[in-house]
Amino acid sequence: MTAPLIESDVLQATLDHALSLGGDFAEVFVEDRRSSNGRFDDGRIEELVSGRDRGAGLRVVRGDTTGFAHTADLSRAGLLQAAEAAAGAARGGNSGTNTVALHAAATHPIENDIVLPETVEKRRKVELLARADEAARATASAVTSVTASYADARRRILVANSDGLLADDDRVRTRMSVQVVATGDTGMQTGYEAPGRTMGFELFDTFAPEEVGRRAARRALTLLEAVPAPSGRLPVVLKRGAGGVLFHEACGHGLEADHILKDASVFKGQMGTQVASPLVTLVDDGGYAREWGTLAIDDEGHPAQRNVLIEDGILTDFMWDVVRARKEGRAPSGNGRRESYRHLPMPRMTNTFVLEGESDPDDIIRGVDFGIYAVQLGGGQVDPATGDFVFGITEAYLIEKGEVTRPIRAAQLIGNGPEVLRMVDAVGNDFETWTGMCGKQGQSVPVSSGQPTVLVREMTVGGTAA
Amino acid sequence: MSSPELLDIARSVAATAREGEQVEAYVVRTRETDVEVFDGAVESLTTASVEGIGIRVIAGQRQGLAWAGSLAPDVIDESLKEARDNAGFGEPDEWYGLASPAEVDGFEAPALDLWREELASVPTEEKVRIALELERATKAADPRIRNVESASYGDALSESALANSLGVESNTRRTTCSASAVALADDGSGTQSGYGFVAGRTLSDLDLDSIPRDAAIRACRLLGAKPVPGRRIAVILDPLVTRSVLGILSTAFNGESMLKGRSLFAGRSGEKVAAPFVQLIDDPTDARALGASQYDGDGIPTRRNALIVDGVMQGFLHNVYTGRRSGEGTTASATRGLGSTPGVGVRALRLEPGPRTPEAIMSRAGEALYVQSVSGLHSGTNPISGDFSVGADGLMVRDGVFAEPVREITIASTLQRMLLDITDIGSDLTFLPGAVAGMTVLIGEMTMSGA
Repeated sequence: MTAPLIESDVLQATLDHALSLGGDFAEVFVEDRRSSNGRFDDGRIEELVSGRDRGAGLRVVRGDTTGFAHTADLSRAGLLQAAEAAAGAARGGNSGTNTVALHAAATHPIENDIVLPETVEKRRKVELLARADEAARATASAVTSVTASYADARRRILVANSDGLLADDDRVRTRMSVQVVATGDTGMQTGYEAPGRTMGFELFDTFAPEEVGRRAARRALTLLEAVPAPSGRLPVVLKRGAGGVLFHEACGHGLEADHILKDASVFKGQMGTQVASPLVTLVDDGGYAREWGTLAIDDEGHPAQRNVLIEDGILTDFMWDVVRARKEGRAPSGNGRRESYRHLPMPRMTNTFVLEGESDPDDIIRGVDFGIYAVQLGGGQVDPATGDFVFGITEAYLIEKGEVTRPIRAAQLIGNGPEVLRMVDAVGNDFETWTGMCGKQGQSVPVSSGQPTVLVREMTVGGTAA
Repeated sequence: MSSPELLDIARSVAATAREGEQVEAYVVRTRETDVEVFDGAVESLTTASVEGIGIRVIAGQRQGLAWAGSLAPDVIDESLKEARDNAGFGEPDEWYGLASPAEVDGFEAPALDLWREELASVPTEEKVRIALELERATKAADPRIRNVESASYGDALSESALANSLGVESNTRRTTCSASAVALADDGSGTQSGYGFVAGRTLSDLDLDSIPRDAAIRACRLLGAKPVPGRRIAVILDPLVTRSVLGILSTAFNGESMLKGRSLFAGRSGEKVAAPFVQLIDDPTDARALGASQYDGDGIPTRRNALIVDGVMQGFLHNVYTGRRSGEGTTASATRGLGSTPGVGVRALRLEPGPRTPEAIMSRAGEALYVQSVSGLHSGTNPISGDFSVGADGLMVRDGVFAEPVREITIASTLQRMLLDITDIGSDLTFLPGAVAGMTVLIGEMTMSGA
């Protein structure tokens, strides 16, 4: 049993002090984060770094206004001073609100089978990278450069608010990434592979470093043979796992309650209506075991949960944080997330999945006369107000007469969220997840997305071939 | 607190170096305010002071690093211990080493005044007023603006100090402030968004009136935008788009990328890589650039570095490490965050402006696509292979004027091709937040994919 980050009487005093200056709601978010990361480059360990970050974010809400201050000083005096700054920012009258006494803490200790990163010798972390590097280099002589990175973080958080909520969480995340450059007659190409999970060093029981290295290498080597991507509107088959990011961009962001309440989402006013093909059921599930975006509680202290956002094509819910849920008089959905104690929470995705359908993935490909088979995507971007989104393909092939044929070079795919959702013509009976970092208003949080093999009738492929 | 205290902290850490060991401490402190308003009220107001330290230890030609988001003495001690421990797991590299006085000799730090004391005393009420007024004015800028998605003001007072056990020291401080608004326009044909923003060192630098105007123009002129059929076409890049493209391109001049075989331009120094009138310069000694700085991340005085002269590639940017390993010497281009060893990067990159205004460029372009904004720059562009494919929206240009708006299209080429295909560079050099300035640029031909 580890000691709490801050004793509850200090938290109570801080909340009381914040509200005594005026406000409807006050919150303390405390964080202590230890991290380590290493980079193996040019065939040797190049950088081994340790990090420590701890502090508290104080939030006072009055009406529609949020005052926020943060401090690295976790003493009673430091917290009271931050509470004053946050309350001063929210400013004004109503000093009548009282703090509800803090409940017994809802604690979420680390599970026993997690191998804590701080118990693993640094030497073993370095060895992992060497193994990934060696396997990648051994794949082919055309592999000219390998960068292998390792990162782990243990993040203890504690949340207390004036509604009496008191909860803590202890999160461990581990990730490895390998980037390979291969050089051929056509120039240089890159391949990337980066598995990560909400777990400790046992990640590498599932993802052997050699395999991570080889997958990145094969991707780069494949691209050396690639033809320029076609240009124009074509059917796109997204391999299981690869296309999750499409749904993350095409509709996920537009279903975050802040965009809805600001009337800056194409999905505003669509609740209960058909927004997608009936084949599409979309869930956001922060409780999914040990995925990259998994949480026990969100960064406002509310338990992570499984939220069905679109069911058989019908819009059923948005994603909520505390501030937006209070405004609408409903419960938050466990989607209040922040990058660190220095940031304000907002509605964010966790693990966002399209559920399995009934089609055989091979049949889906066989049904396409000429199109694109996307195996790995490189991230994307959306304007929630218009629904227009893009994502890059980093491993993809042409489909010609129902067969997957030649690899194509990197290109952008572009579409409009509501349009693409309606053009999902087939959903496979397979499933895989994808690990990524999601950026929103300058804050980056770990997320995963996942889906079965999916056919989109038509999207614009931004290649250079005529 | 002021910088001298930061320098004292850095010196005290550097002074702990043992026999045969080099120690460097990089210490930062930023005070910042951020105001977001929505619907006539303050949505959030953040005030904060952020500080931290990055410690680098080199012993036996092995290097280790540790960082912390706190300057508490116990945390600094822990970080120093971790950095030493991490060095023990490193591999020896003869080129490791901190900046030495010999590398500083002969270079005078440019006289740059990047600090505006008055920004520190602007009352919070004034910052709130600016953001509220921005939202009101944006809403009123055009009857087709149905909503303002966000309006904000932010500023930061940043100080840093570096000291190493070889006696190299630096001390920098700067103020920055910015304001922005995002307008949502709708005339019944669907929503379009557009933003306006300004940045400077203090309030009087900010042309606040330009924000509502830019946001409204950029949103409204896209109303009714549709995909157009794909083809090869001349492309005019908006200054903000040019900024983004140059930012991606800059990694090709990175000495670290070159040494590791990951630069497009490896082995191409002295060769023609761009149209003959193209001059590309990184000049952190130019106080107009918001990325200007007297010292780099190794603590070395900055200087002007020409990357492309008359279309010919000049060389690579280096920090102390890559400068030694390549034999080319540092160009004072070390970039620095707390959590990593110094990298290499640009601070104030720009093209030399050409003689023609954006209007003159449009009138000479024939039929062209004016790209107002791009998306997916990091997912669709590969600075190692040079493949370039991004989502775009903007307007068609015919007979020198804007014609129909377009959206949901992509433009594609390669970075290598685009540099050679530059046909015109505008006179409208615009200094922007970040490390790259923008201006209007005409690219002779790219592939547009659309309907």
